[in-house]
Amino acid sequence: MKLVNKTNIGWLILAIATFLILQLAVSTGLISAYYEITLVTILINVILAVGLNLIIGFSGQFSLGHAGFMAIGAYTAGIISKYFPHYGGLFLGIIGGIILTSIVALIVGVPTLRLKGDYLAIATLGVAEIIRITIVNMQNVTNGAAGLSGIPYLAKWPLVYVFAVLTVLIVVNYTRSSPGRATIAIREDEIAAESMGINTTKYKTIAFVLGAATAAVGGALHASYFSVIRPGDFTFNKSIDILIIVVFGGIGSVTGSIIAAIVLGILNVFLQPFGSLRMIIYALALIVIMIFKPSGLLGNKEFTISGLLHLFGRKSTIKEEGKK
Amino acid sequence: MSLLEVKKLTKYFGGLSAVSNVNLELKSNELVGLIGPNGAGKTTLFNLLTGVYQPSEGTIDIENDGKKESVVGKKTYTITDMGFGRTFQNIRLFKDLTVLDNVLIAMHSKSKVGTLKSILRLPSYYASEEKMKQEAIELLKIFSLENKISELAKNLPYGEQRRLEIVRALATKPKVLFLDEPAAGMNPQETADLTALIRQIQKDFKMTILLIEHDMSLVMNVCERIYVLEYGRMIAHGTPEEIKANDQVIKAYLGGE
Amino acid sequence: MDTFIQQMINGLSLGSIYALIALGYTMVYGIIKLINFAHGDIYMVGAFVGYTMINSFGMGFFPALVTAMALSALLGVLIERIAYKPLRNATRIAVLITAIGVSYLLQNGMLYFYGAGVRAFPQVLENKLYSVGGIKVSQIQLMIFGTTFILMILLQFIVQKTKMGKAMRAVSTDASAAQLMGINVDNTISFTFFLGSSLAGAAGVLVGLYYNTIDPMMGVAPGLKAFVAAVLGGIGIIPGAMIGGLTIGIIETMVSAYGNSMIRDAVVYGILILILIIRPAGILGKHVKEKV
Repeated sequence: MKLVNKTNIGWLILAIATFLILQLAVSTGLISAYYEITLVTILINVILAVGLNLIIGFSGQFSLGHAGFMAIGAYTAGIISKYFPHYGGLFLGIIGGIILTSIVALIVGVPTLRLKGDYLAIATLGVAEIIRITIVNMQNVTNGAAGLSGIPYLAKWPLVYVFAVLTVLIVVNYTRSSPGRATIAIREDEIAAESMGINTTKYKTIAFVLGAATAAVGGALHASYFSVIRPGDFTFNKSIDILIIVVFGGIGSVTGSIIAAIVLGILNVFLQPFGSLRMIIYALALIVIMIFKPSGLLGNKEFTISGLLHLFGRKSTIKEEGKK
Repeated sequence: MSLLEVKKLTKYFGGLSAVSNVNLELKSNELVGLIGPNGAGKTTLFNLLTGVYQPSEGTIDIENDGKKESVVGKKTYTITDMGFGRTFQNIRLFKDLTVLDNVLIAMHSKSKVGTLKSILRLPSYYASEEKMKQEAIELLKIFSLENKISELAKNLPYGEQRRLEIVRALATKPKVLFLDEPAAGMNPQETADLTALIRQIQKDFKMTILLIEHDMSLVMNVCERIYVLEYGRMIAHGTPEEIKANDQVIKAYLGGE
Repeated sequence: MDTFIQQMINGLSLGSIYALIALGYTMVYGIIKLINFAHGDIYMVGAFVGYTMINSFGMGFFPALVTAMALSALLGVLIERIAYKPLRNATRIAVLITAIGVSYLLQNGMLYFYGAGVRAFPQVLENKLYSVGGIKVSQIQLMIFGTTFILMILLQFIVQKTKMGKAMRAVSTDASAAQLMGINVDNTISFTFFLGSSLAGAAGVLVGLYYNTIDPMMGVAPGLKAFVAAVLGGIGIIPGAMIGGLTIGIIETMVSAYGNSMIRDAVVYGILILILIIRPAGILGKHVKEKV
C-alpha cells in the first residue's frame, strides 16, 4: 500500500473532474441560483452523512444528536464570522465549532460509551435537545428563537465542495487504518474486540468525536452559505434527515452515503411540491428499506473505481460482490 | 516463579458460587489442560482470568519482567496487553471482515499506530502498516491460512475458523494462551491435526498454554499437567496418568456411585 | 406551602400521563430491547380517536376512552406485526430506524389527513373544581388519577397473575428458552404491544381533556419525556416506569412554577444525561453483563 497508487489517483481525478464539471455547469447557468442551493445542500449533507456514518456504520454506535452538533458549529461560526466578516473569521469559526463540539461530544461520549446498548442514542438525543433549548435561551448571544441573520456569505459552493472532499478523505483514511479497523472490530463483536486488546471505549469515543466534529463543519458551512440560522433548523427531525441518508446509502458505506445524499437531494427537488405527502413517502421508504434491505443500498460495501471498471468489463463481478 | 498464579479464586453469581477457591499455576512454556463436566465453571474461570468477569475473591498474578503483576480489577483489553490471549468456545471472529483484517485487528494494540498519523497518512504510517501486514501473513502461513487472507472470516470452513481464532489470539503476542475448547465440533482427523498444531505452537512460540477441552484424548495426549474442575471446585490436579487413575475424577465423569 | 402542594397535584397529573406512556416504552424494551420511537405517536393517535369519538359519534368520556384504548392497541399490534416482526433477527439499529420510520409515518399521515392545525378537544367532563383548604383539584385531574390508578392496578394484575403476564415475563427473561417451554413468543410480543399501546391511547384521551388541545405532533415531546421517565425508573421494569413518570412530571411542573419554564425541557433531558452517567440502569434497575 502506497500513497500513490491507481485507486488514489482514480479518486483524485474523479474529485477534480466533478469539480470542473460543476464549475462549468454553474458558470454557463446550467445550474441556476436555485439549483445551486440544492448543490450546496447536497454537499453539506455529504459532510453530515459521512460523519454520522462513521459513528453508526463503523463504530456501530447510534447517535441521534447530529443536528445538535451541527447547531454548535453553525452558531459558533455564525457568531464569530459576524465579528470578523472575512475568511479568517469563517475558518476561526469552523475551528471554534469543531473544538466546542468535540468538548460536548467528549462529555456525553465518555460516560455513555462505556456502556453497551442504546445509551448513546438516548444521551445524544437528550443533548441535542439541550443544545437547542440553550441556544433559544441565550437571547443576547444567539438572538434566541428568532435566529441569527446577516451572517457573511463566505462559504461559496467551491469552498463547500473542498470541505466535503476533505471530510470524506479524513473519514476514509481513518476507517482504512489500524485504529479504524479497531473501531470496526467493535461494531462486529465488542467482547471479542476487547479480548484482542482493543480499548473499546477509546475507539468508540474517537469515532464519535470525529463524527460530531464533521457535523460542526457541516453546520458552520450551512450558516455561512445561507446567512440565516434558527434553532428550529436543528431539531430532532434534522438528525433524522441525516440518518435517512446514511441508511439509504448503506450503513458502513462512505460511497453509499455520498450517493444517497446526491440521489435524495435531487429527489427532494422533485418531491418538494408534494408537501407533507413527501414525508409520508420518506417514512414508508425508510420502513420498506429496513424490512427488505436492512443494510441499505450498498450495504457496508464501497463503490469502487476498480469495481466500476470490472462492471464494464465483466458482468460477473456483480455476482461475486453479491456473494460477499 | 510461575508465569501465572491463581490463588483462592472465587466468583459468586447471586448467591451461587460458579467458581470457588480455585488455585492454579502455570510455569513458562507449559501446556496444561483444564477439564471438567459441563457447567463445572471452566469458561467462567477463563472469563475471570481475562477480565470479562471480575472475581469476588482471590488473586490472579502474572509474571512480568521478573515481577508479579495482578490482573484483578483490570479491563479485558489491558489484560490482553499484559499477555493473556484467548479463543472463544463459540467462535467469535469478526465474521464480516477478511481473514487478514481479523489478524491485523489483534495486532493493533501493540502496533502503536496513532489516530492522527492514520488520518494524515504520514510516510511512517505506510511503513508500519506494511510491517504489520507482513507479520500477519507470516503468522497465517504457520496455520496454512495464507491463501485465504482476503476471504471473509464467515466463509471459512469450520475447522479453519477455529484455526483463525488461534492465529488471532497469537497475534496479540500473548505470554499465556487460553484455548477454550478448540476441538469442539471437529472430526477425529481435524482433532488430530489440531493436536499437532497446539504442540507446534507450544514449541515454536515457546508459548504457555491453558487448554479447556472436552475431548479426553486430546487433553491426555498433549497436556503435561491437568486440572479437573467440578461444580466450581478444583477436585484434582496432576499428570495425565495420575488424573486417569483418580477416583474422584472417574466419579465426576461417569457420575459413578 | 399551599402553592407547593398545588404544584405537586399538577405535577402528579402530568406525571400520571407520562407514567402511562412510559409503561409502553418499558414493556416493549423489556421484551424486544427496542426503543419504540413510534410509541409517542400512538398516544397522539389515541387522542385523535378520542376526539373523533366524542365529536363525531357523540360518545361520553368512558366509551371514548375505551374505544381509544382499543384502537390504539390494535394499531400497536398492527405496527409490530408489519414493521417490527420481519426484523426479529436484524440488527438493533435496523429495528430502531424502522421505529423512527413508523413514527414519521404516523405523524405525517395525521398531518396529511387532519392538517397541522391545533384542534380543541371537546370538553365532555364538567370542569368542576374541588377546593380543600385553598388547594384546588379539578374533576379532570381526579379523573386522571383515578384512571391511571385503575389501569396500573389492572396492568399489575395482568403481568403478575395471568398466564399471558407470566409468558411476558418469561419472554423478556429469555426469549429462546421461553419458546422451548412452549410459549408462543410472537403472540406474547404482540400482546405486550397491545397492552402498552392501549395505555398510551388512554393517556392521549386524558391529555386531550387536560390541555384541551390536540395536534399531530403532540406525541413527540411527551413521547421523549416518557422515555426519559422509563430510563429514569429503570428501563424494562414496570414499577420503574411508574416512579419515573411521576418523578419527571413533578420535576417538570416544579421547574415551571419556581424556575424558568423555558428551560423546563432542558432540565428533563439534563436529568436523563445525569442518570446515564451516574446510574445507567435507572432507579430500580440492576446492571447485567452480557454472557460470553
